[in-house]
Amino acid sequence: MIRVVLMLAFFIFCSTSGEIALTYGMKMVGEPASFRPAALLRFLSKALRNGWVWTALPLLAGSFYSLLVLLSWAPLSVVIPATAFNYVVGTLGAKYILNEHVSKKRWMGVAMVCLGVALVLING
Amino acid sequence: MSRKRWSPCREPVQPAETTNPTKVMTPDQRVRYKTLFMVLLMVVSANLGDLMLKRGMVQIGAVEMSPSGLWRALMSTAHNGTIWMGIFFLIGFTFCYMTAVSWADYSYVMPAGAFGYAVQTFLAVVILHEAVSGRRWFGVVLIVVGVLLVGQTHPVTTSPKAVSS
Repeated sequence: MIRVVLMLAFFIFCSTSGEIALTYGMKMVGEPASFRPAALLRFLSKALRNGWVWTALPLLAGSFYSLLVLLSWAPLSVVIPATAFNYVVGTLGAKYILNEHVSKKRWMGVAMVCLGVALVLING
Repeated sequence: MSRKRWSPCREPVQPAETTNPTKVMTPDQRVRYKTLFMVLLMVVSANLGDLMLKRGMVQIGAVEMSPSGLWRALMSTAHNGTIWMGIFFLIGFTFCYMTAVSWADYSYVMPAGAFGYAVQTFLAVVILHEAVSGRRWFGVVLIVVGVLLVGQTHPVTTSPKAVSS
């Protein structure tokens, strides 16, 4: 049981920190100047030269593999709600690490999405 | 013509009297629409990518869990066009995600991406004619309402200056 809890914590940590690192890096890169191929290539090459984007990649790979391990260790009814809980942890990370303003309406939306994803995946 | 020249105005300013209110989009609306368009591309790319990977792996067959079996599976996936199509769509998904978070909040893009689960359910019913339980439909309704609620909030709440390069 304890190894499942530890792996769940590892999965949520990797997934949330990976996405937050990616967002932080992309905010540094800035948005593409236009959607012309040359501008998109410049945007991509700038992103690939950003350290935070490269920090995000192993974390996201870690979250993917820890999810696979979790699925082999624990029943779906345990793993899926934890996956959906990622939306809440991610929003907390956005608020406290990326300093985004999360209004009550956004919190309500996130909570509904979290519950909805759990219901869809469990009944999938 | 220099693109790097600093300008105090990001949007062309038009006198209010000559502006047709039906044609003007505020910066907030513009970000909202382009983010939602990018989220739609993300959802389509992710779903197509997953579908292609699934088809490719079915073509390859069950993977044998031994060093030689894993090597054969790796070689088969490398030579399978459907798998490469799946990888192409998943790279497209990553690119759309990176583009969306380059201008919009992470807490705006992330829940909006969950709309993909609703699309998957609709596709399962319409294309695959699968039976979907009431609880799953209830989940879809919650996701759609949740995404609509998040979609109504301001897509950008941080200043780009907050992140130093």
